[in-house]
Amino acid sequence: MIPRNMRAVSILLAMGALAPVATAQRSAAQTSTGVPRLAFEKTTLPNGLEVILHEDHSTPIVVVNTWYKVGSGDEKPGRTGFAHLFEHIMFMGSEHVPTGQFDKLLESVGANNNGSTTEDRTNYYESLPSNALPLALWLDADRMGHLLPVMDQAKLDLQRDVVKNERRQRVDNVPYGKWRETVLAALYPPDHPYHWPVIGSMADLSAASLEDVKQFFRTYYAPNNATLVIAGDFNRDSALTWVNRYFGGIPRGPQMPPRPVVPAVTVPRDTFLVLEDRVVLPRLFEVWETGRIYAPDDAPLDVLADVLAGDKNSRLYKRLVFDMQVAQDVTAFNNSTKLDGNFNIIVTPKPGQTPTRMAELVKEEIDKVAKDGITPRELARALNSRRASFLDQIASVLGKSDRLAEYNYFAGTPDYIQRDAARYDHVTAADVQRVAAQYLTKPKVVLTVVPQGKTDLMVTGGTR
Amino acid sequence: MRPSRRLSPTLAALAALTYTAACGGPPVVTTNVPAAPRPVVSAPIDLTVPPTLGPPPALRLPPITTRTLPNGLTLVVVEQHELPLVDVILDVRTGGEADPAGKSGAASLTAGMLTEGTTTRSSLQIADQAAYLGVRVGASSGWEQSTVSLHAPTAQLDSALALFADVALHPAFNAPDLERVRKVRLTALQQVRDRGPAIADRAFATALYGEQHPYGRPLSGSEASVADLTRDDLVKFYTTFYRPNNATLLVVGDVRPDDMERRAINMFGGWTRADVPTVNESTASGPKATTLVLIDKPGAAQSSFRIGGIGVPRSTKDYFAIQVMNTILGGSFTSRLNQNLRETHGYTYGAGSGFSMRRTAGPFQASAEVVSAKTDSAFIEFMKELRAIRDTVPSDELAKAKRYLQLGLPEDFETTGSIAYQMLPLVTYGIPLDFYDTAVQKIGAVTQADVQRVARQYVNPDRLTIVIVGDRKLIEPGLRALNPGEIIIRDVRDVLGTASMK
Repeated sequence: MIPRNMRAVSILLAMGALAPVATAQRSAAQTSTGVPRLAFEKTTLPNGLEVILHEDHSTPIVVVNTWYKVGSGDEKPGRTGFAHLFEHIMFMGSEHVPTGQFDKLLESVGANNNGSTTEDRTNYYESLPSNALPLALWLDADRMGHLLPVMDQAKLDLQRDVVKNERRQRVDNVPYGKWRETVLAALYPPDHPYHWPVIGSMADLSAASLEDVKQFFRTYYAPNNATLVIAGDFNRDSALTWVNRYFGGIPRGPQMPPRPVVPAVTVPRDTFLVLEDRVVLPRLFEVWETGRIYAPDDAPLDVLADVLAGDKNSRLYKRLVFDMQVAQDVTAFNNSTKLDGNFNIIVTPKPGQTPTRMAELVKEEIDKVAKDGITPRELARALNSRRASFLDQIASVLGKSDRLAEYNYFAGTPDYIQRDAARYDHVTAADVQRVAAQYLTKPKVVLTVVPQGKTDLMVTGGTR
Repeated sequence: MRPSRRLSPTLAALAALTYTAACGGPPVVTTNVPAAPRPVVSAPIDLTVPPTLGPPPALRLPPITTRTLPNGLTLVVVEQHELPLVDVILDVRTGGEADPAGKSGAASLTAGMLTEGTTTRSSLQIADQAAYLGVRVGASSGWEQSTVSLHAPTAQLDSALALFADVALHPAFNAPDLERVRKVRLTALQQVRDRGPAIADRAFATALYGEQHPYGRPLSGSEASVADLTRDDLVKFYTTFYRPNNATLLVVGDVRPDDMERRAINMFGGWTRADVPTVNESTASGPKATTLVLIDKPGAAQSSFRIGGIGVPRSTKDYFAIQVMNTILGGSFTSRLNQNLRETHGYTYGAGSGFSMRRTAGPFQASAEVVSAKTDSAFIEFMKELRAIRDTVPSDELAKAKRYLQLGLPEDFETTGSIAYQMLPLVTYGIPLDFYDTAVQKIGAVTQADVQRVARQYVNPDRLTIVIVGDRKLIEPGLRALNPGEIIIRDVRDVLGTASMK
């Protein structure tokens, strides 16, 4: 999530993110209890709106975080990027909130707000001084219940231009920026919801119509497809009174269309791709299909990513960047969401080094883990750092509201943070070795982004 | 990637340093009254108008304790006991401003080497211990400060502080590590060529300040200076400026002042003081007339705008008036620049402005990434807003900006990290640590006349430095037709030098 204001972020990122928690010597049971439970109350309104309340009076601020169970994975062919474009339109005013007033009313009470879209869900939040809670609820209810009476072509056209600029700023004008959509298109079949990028294509953004906006709203933006999380400094009874007052009269929508059926992902053999870009150095991307978030192998795959490229002592960093000094940087992560996941390894060779050499070294290191396993120290480093991150995720009220909403949607209950942490406590060295052998020796998608005119640097199967 | 509605403008990192202090709770509320349960009103409720709100909560600032160690090290402890976490920052009050001529990047590389080995721990051992403890240790430098930082659960404080102090006090500057890090940095500097926004940032600083002024040179060095920096340069920078009497240990989190003082004495008591030379202040006057530097980046999908002038030092008496004025101009989502360029015209994903306040006058800068085809149109709107801010600001717009700044403050003091972020500039620039106690009143006191005065004083449309990085063949004709003043054409090599790829 990229915050709208960078108020409190920049320096800490420069300092090296926030980490934390856990003594290596502690037992698994002890460490997982180090993550506090997030107490909550969950109710459902007669119109189907889920409401999750979490009180935290340590700071006089409150967060309203509304999740709609719709994302880019629900888009129709020829309309990629629409869920996110629609998210933008939700800020353009509703029947009782003239265009421009949504943000002005919120800023006038000292609030920050934003929204975001992924493959699986769309969310909107306001973080405000605690006295302003009714305002956020009223604004969110008005756009949930009364968006279309004032919807028009001008709002769509304006935000279409903004979103196209967002795409330029995040993808088209960024070195290597098209890597992700290129890989996804090769990894997932055309009818898989993750085949296309959340931001969508320029052509599809151009094609979006006012009728699409209306149809999308009627289909997905109903209380029975949404979860409202209120976290922070509020009084429970007052909050429920306001929720009922503002949201209670919004009629239930039609039954949601079923979420897309996920076709089998099969990569029968290694797929090699090349993309020319205006870059000084080539970059290698290797991606394997894995599995959905919270699946049994999800946590071991996260740990495998740490072992391969988590810090200076990780296998790939130490060998390629630190010892041999043939790579400028290495990255590894397991990106898992509601329907599926993928494991990514990214290496930028130093000037004069080739992506093919990087691919050979990556394969050697994967094979070593798959064949010989990892040391207890490697496991401890990864697990201790993973555990430590849980406290940081709940340091802010906004962070807590995101945890509750995400667990509610992806894990089926808001009450999941301790189980989430415990998943890592139970990862063993043997698990990590097994998932390396099971997933990273499967056929993969290999993309080489090369400087223009240097397609000869492309990694191909012939080098193996 | 998770597309979201808003991305901060590219100067957010710069602006963040200037907005840090900006807000506060309402001046009239002095006690925190828990929200009273609102009665369920039986009268009909009009759902077509915004609800009436109760008074905003009081800002509760965390307790701050200051101690001074015998060797001159200042200890500042800010207590926040919500979670068992602590942020520790050793703030050395010298940064890139002190880089010797021809040695830009010295402060940055010195800080960068602290985590690359001490007299008793190798680079890999430092990283191993940090990961094993589940803590983060880092070091970096800004213009007027160099910082060593630790983020840790309090359960690990003993081991983590020992590691942190070792990194801060006993760096080895081993030659093989220096050469490795140097290679990484030189390659990263070459990669700046890939990014139009980064080229624009670099070119704007140089165009505004000139290469004779530290702020006109790259903080992390140029390819030439980084190639030439020696181990002796770094050791000299370290031994000259990393002294307890030139530093503050800022601790924020679940700790007690007496306990932290004991720990600070244990860890840093043996650190020896020394005379620290004063860094000469450089002056800069900016351009005499508005000048446009157009840098060709063939194929760029957007034009990177950087428009501004010489701003103010952090010590300015106009601090709050400038914050309010800038909030109106480009410091919030509903600011004029963002409303105009994004929400009215759709030329960009976000436009904004900010004052980077430093020991001496840092830059004022407005910026946006604009679709190439609308470069000339965006230029017109930028100039329109930079002129209009000099007129009287309507009272409702002024009130909105002031409330946004005042009432946003509690969120800035929510986590140990955000508190540290608020406190650090105070420590670096010698601002009294009770600064936030009166911020609310001082913002409240800013008048229309104040806003107009600082706008006219610090935003001069006739003496702007303008840098636009974009696809020249697409954007130059439209820009020339606007007669923006002198146009200087450059290419990326003029900004970054010739790539020395091996």
